[in-house]
Amino acid sequence: MTNHWVDIKNANLIVVMGGNAAEAHPVGFRWAIEAKTRNKAKLLVIDPRFTRTASVADFYAPIRTGTDITLLSGVIRYLLETGKYNKEYTLAYTNAALLVHPDFSFEDGLFSGYDADKRKYDKSTWAYQLDEKGMAKRDDTLSDPRCVINLLKQHVSRYTADVVANICGTPKEAFQAICEHLAETSAPDKTTSFLYALGWTQHSIGAQNIRTMAMIQLLLGNMGMAGGGINALRGHSNIQGLTDLGLLTTNLPGYMTMPSEKEPTLDSYLTKYTSKPLADGQMNYWQNYPKFFVSFMKSMWGDKATADNNWGYDLLPKWDKGYDVLQYFELMHQGKVNGYFCQGFNPVASFPNKNKIVESLSRLKFLVIMDPLTTETSTFWQNHGEQNDVKTADIKTEVFRLPTTCFAEEDGSIVNSGRWLQWHWKGAEGPGQALTDPQILAGIFLKLKAMYAKDGGTFPDAINSLSWAYGDPHEPKPEELAKELNGKALADLPDPKNPGQFLAKKGELLPGFALLQADGSTASGCWIFAGSWTQAGNQMARRDNSDPSGLGNTLGWAWAWPANRRILYNRASCKPDGTPWDKKRTLIKWNGEKWVGVDVPDFKADEPPGSAMGPFIMQAEGLGRLFALDKMAEGPFPEHYEPFETPLGTNPLHPKVISNPAARLFKGDKEQLGQHQQFPYAATTYRLTEHFHYWTKHARLNAIMQPEQFVEIGEELAREKGIAHGDLVKVSSKRGYIKAKAVVTKRIKALKVNGQLVHHVGVPIHWGFEGLTKKGFIANTLTPFVGDANTQTPEFKSFLVNVEKA
Amino acid sequence: MQVNRRQFFKLCAGGMAGSTIATLGLLPEKAMADVRSYKLMRASETRNTCPYCSVGCGILMYSLGDGAKNAKSEIFHIEGDPDHPVNRGALCPKGAGLVDFIHSPNRLKYPEVREAGSNEWKRLSWDEAFTRIAKHVKQDRDANFIEKNADGVTVNRWLSTGFLAASASSNEAGWLTHKFTRSLGMLAVDNQARV
Repeated sequence: MTNHWVDIKNANLIVVMGGNAAEAHPVGFRWAIEAKTRNKAKLLVIDPRFTRTASVADFYAPIRTGTDITLLSGVIRYLLETGKYNKEYTLAYTNAALLVHPDFSFEDGLFSGYDADKRKYDKSTWAYQLDEKGMAKRDDTLSDPRCVINLLKQHVSRYTADVVANICGTPKEAFQAICEHLAETSAPDKTTSFLYALGWTQHSIGAQNIRTMAMIQLLLGNMGMAGGGINALRGHSNIQGLTDLGLLTTNLPGYMTMPSEKEPTLDSYLTKYTSKPLADGQMNYWQNYPKFFVSFMKSMWGDKATADNNWGYDLLPKWDKGYDVLQYFELMHQGKVNGYFCQGFNPVASFPNKNKIVESLSRLKFLVIMDPLTTETSTFWQNHGEQNDVKTADIKTEVFRLPTTCFAEEDGSIVNSGRWLQWHWKGAEGPGQALTDPQILAGIFLKLKAMYAKDGGTFPDAINSLSWAYGDPHEPKPEELAKELNGKALADLPDPKNPGQFLAKKGELLPGFALLQADGSTASGCWIFAGSWTQAGNQMARRDNSDPSGLGNTLGWAWAWPANRRILYNRASCKPDGTPWDKKRTLIKWNGEKWVGVDVPDFKADEPPGSAMGPFIMQAEGLGRLFALDKMAEGPFPEHYEPFETPLGTNPLHPKVISNPAARLFKGDKEQLGQHQQFPYAATTYRLTEHFHYWTKHARLNAIMQPEQFVEIGEELAREKGIAHGDLVKVSSKRGYIKAKAVVTKRIKALKVNGQLVHHVGVPIHWGFEGLTKKGFIANTLTPFVGDANTQTPEFKSFLVNVEKA
Repeated sequence: MQVNRRQFFKLCAGGMAGSTIATLGLLPEKAMADVRSYKLMRASETRNTCPYCSVGCGILMYSLGDGAKNAKSEIFHIEGDPDHPVNRGALCPKGAGLVDFIHSPNRLKYPEVREAGSNEWKRLSWDEAFTRIAKHVKQDRDANFIEKNADGVTVNRWLSTGFLAASASSNEAGWLTHKFTRSLGMLAVDNQARV
């Protein structure tokens, strides 16, 4: 989130789309209700199902799964054509006025530069026009047809109310009402907050779903505002933190990128990632990349990282391509992977096409499970009849199952979706012989290191160089690791403004990332966490919940990255001249010398109002991007592409380009995609309020509340198929089938789309062949093995099935 | 001033006894009888964060055992932290069952191995588990580690073993996971954010 949970109360309009907060994030959703009761906010819900969130909404509109970009692009068209957007904000704070490369184009569903064989774009025209100094050209009169906003107008002009109704199945009147509600918040003293989650990410066009909404927020002037922003509700409790820490194939901590083989030297790497300005006078904060990277390397390798060895650059692996989970399970399926570790993760249940996942695991030599609970992944080799029909004796995978402690049995911090790092304390010992994750990792690592010391082996250098300065090497303590993440001074850091004074003395914990250096005199495992554990102590453990402004920015509660800032881009809450767009939402102000306020200013502290510096300080031009340059895989503007399994069999906008042209599809998986003639119904998976993923089926109370697997179908479809409420039904896709009880409901209605009737089938995910609930089928037996072109997040939310009485 | 749950009960209990006794006109030197005190009064209270979704609700965990060396604490009750700015004491139906997650009969208790082709789990010691896993890792890494690519560029990567990192483990465990995997040269590292 750019904002945070409590801040939702400041919104005037809350749009829940691509999520179901009332059931999936029930306590966070209370802040939407707070906005309704205290702020007279309106709540809109747009969803294929009439969810419990919809049941408390002021307005509900149905939509066919996988068509959100169409509806949101229709909204952009409405805003631009009626002029109901915040023009001053858009001109000053977005790239609306910047000029786009003359050769950039869009035609019949494809942007310029498409290579059909590689299913990739050459993005060289997805760029600004540059002047002789390399700065982006702009036309503040907006009369140049190559201005971003003019190209955007042209791009969205196709998304009329009729097109929206035809593709989405959303009635025209409902769409009109959505447009009008959103347009109202273009007023400087009104904001919209969009609440979304996996209903937007789990599509082959997931990242562009979110981008389209982000563009609306820029046009409405809602970024940086209390009660505005982009608010991913997110899934698991520390998914934010583990992403912050770079636990993704080509990431490093703090959203740095792992070097690839195209950057063979430190210089080539730093040149690539150190941001060069695209406009004069910008903060362009990624220009500090070398400070973050060298400090990270000092945390990794300690004294073994020196200027002479390029801070240990050769010790880091260099990638040739991303090894995301879909790519890696594809390689495993081909027999090219020998070993796999699963730490608190259950891929048999969580990944698409469960049968392919089980086949892949069966081809491993060894599998190591670290988990507090029995998971289907740990017992994938057991035969559970129809639910897991494997030949145990034929599976040669050695499986090690290691018991870990759970949250209640350890100290540590996790990061919520509002970016708050909250410290927690151990309340009891783990059961039996369970160990913490750090103890287990240390156990394996130290054994391995000893084996290399004794017997030698391939490239032990990185293993031997890894910094391991823990009091007890077998049990790195959470406090030690947290301080390592924060970082410390490795030498006295002189204060450039006060000669003879020091910003930090050697060995001191750093107060923030502003002190990080590229010369090896600082260490920090994750630069955005710098400031979380300082000389003043553990900032994540703070518990002052006072809220002097009433806006909900409890700066004394826990600690938020970056720099304890609660609302990102908050400089944009003020006009260029420094006055707030809305006095009631004053987050920061200029006091004549520096920016101060009820939040930590997200700006250069002493940069006066009226200067050229833009509020989006991480961007090279300082502006929010309506045109994404080369940052997205399938285009700098969002475009509607059908799900890979579409109930229409075509794309009404451009029949030759039906689905995302830049999405990756492996051979074998393509053949396993179903067609609408055999699998006519649009299916989507989702979660129930009583369960959390595949964990709570092991908790008795939750298992009692929702004991048995079911699927939801609408009354029309039930009648057509002769299915009664409570009947056992078989739901099948091209990849497999599940059997579950039918819940026949008014909550799902057939939609008229492109001249046909589309029925949705709802598939809750929470069952499996392990647990205290009744045994069930893994819902992801049905889902396709294709992901978003940018994130490779699987398309769990839109696929095709058939339904019949079992 | 911070008053925690235990102190609150103590204050209330004291107040009630005092006022009742005053109503009866009795001011005894010492209490004549004792009622069973609330179990929560003897509990240790520990602050934590709900491990399920990313709202990050504050929770209070109540356990028996006073932290003494010979006392084993056991969590018997969990509720929302009323001081927490986001959840203000509330928990949802998922979080309401947290104590049953901690005490689930499906918690793993011992290191185990399922041998190739076998249909059963076999217990092993931690030392055996670490040794066997480290041997697998070393054998595969030594055999398949790539020091240079076809163009002679130093790449120092190991692709034939991967690591799926957790979704609810703490940052501190996550940082050590990062150090562990990257120092071995692993690139097939992903976490739940991918899906």
